[in-house]
Amino acid sequence: MTKPDFVYVTYIATTPEKIWNALVDPDMARRYWMDPTVGCARVNVSDDWQPGSRWEHRRADDMETVDIAGFVAESDPPRRLVMSWARPSEVDDATKHSRVSFDIEALGNGLVRLTVAHDDLARDPKMLAGVSGGWPTVLSNLKTLLETGHALPSTVAKATAA
Amino acid sequence: MFKALADPGRRRLLDLLHRENGQTLGALCEHMDMTRQAATQHLKVLEDANLVAVFWQGREKLHYLNPVPLHEIHARWIGKFEHGRLAALRELKKQLEGDNDDQA
Repeated sequence: MTKPDFVYVTYIATTPEKIWNALVDPDMARRYWMDPTVGCARVNVSDDWQPGSRWEHRRADDMETVDIAGFVAESDPPRRLVMSWARPSEVDDATKHSRVSFDIEALGNGLVRLTVAHDDLARDPKMLAGVSGGWPTVLSNLKTLLETGHALPSTVAKATAA
Repeated sequence: MFKALADPGRRRLLDLLHRENGQTLGALCEHMDMTRQAATQHLKVLEDANLVAVFWQGREKLHYLNPVPLHEIHARWIGKFEHGRLAALRELKKQLEGDNDDQA
C-alpha cells in the first residue's frame, strides 16, 4: 500500500466500543460530525458494516444527500475499520477511490488512541483539501462529545447558523 | 503542547512536515542543522505532545504533522466571527513582510 497522505491521532478518555459506535451509529454521528461548509452534520450509513458492503456519508437533513460513498474493506469491531472513499458519481470506478482507516487502541489507563489515516488522496487535490481540513474538526468534536457528553457549542452553532 | 512548540528546532520540524507529510527521520535530518540524536529527541517531544503522529510502513517509521491538538486550541479560543478578520490581518502581514515561515 502507498503511504498515507494524512495521519490524525487523538487520545480520548472512553472505551473502544464507544468510539466504534460513534463512527457507525448515525444517532451519534449527527451530534459531532459537523461540517461548517455544509451547514449540517453528516452521518455514516451501512446495512451491516461488513467487508464488501456499501457505506454512505450522508447529510443529516431531510434531503439526506449522499456526499461520499464507498465500500467497507476491513471490519474488526471495535478495533479497526477500513473503507474506500469516493464521490457518489465515481463509486463504481475503483481507480478514483481513496481509502480511510480507523484504528482504535485501548492504552490501558482509561485512554483510547484513535488513529485516522487517509491514503490515495494525492491525485485528487480538491478532495485532499476538503478532507484534510475536515478531519481535525470531526476528531476534536468526537473527543469532546465522548468525554463531556456534549459537542462543542460553537461548532454546533456554526453548523446550524450557516 | 506549548512547551513542545517553544523550541525553534521543533517548530522547524513541524514546518518540514507541513511542507511534506509522512517523512522518515533520515529525510527530515537532511534539512535540519542538528544531529540525528537531537532530531530523534525533538521528535519524541513532539510525539508526546501529540503534535506528530507516527505511522509504521513495514520497517519505516513515518512522521506526520498531527493538527488535532492545535485544532482544539483553535476551537477553544478563536470565535466563529473572528476568522475573516484574522485572515485579512494575516494576509496584510504576509504582504508587508513577505511569506517567511521563520519570522511568522
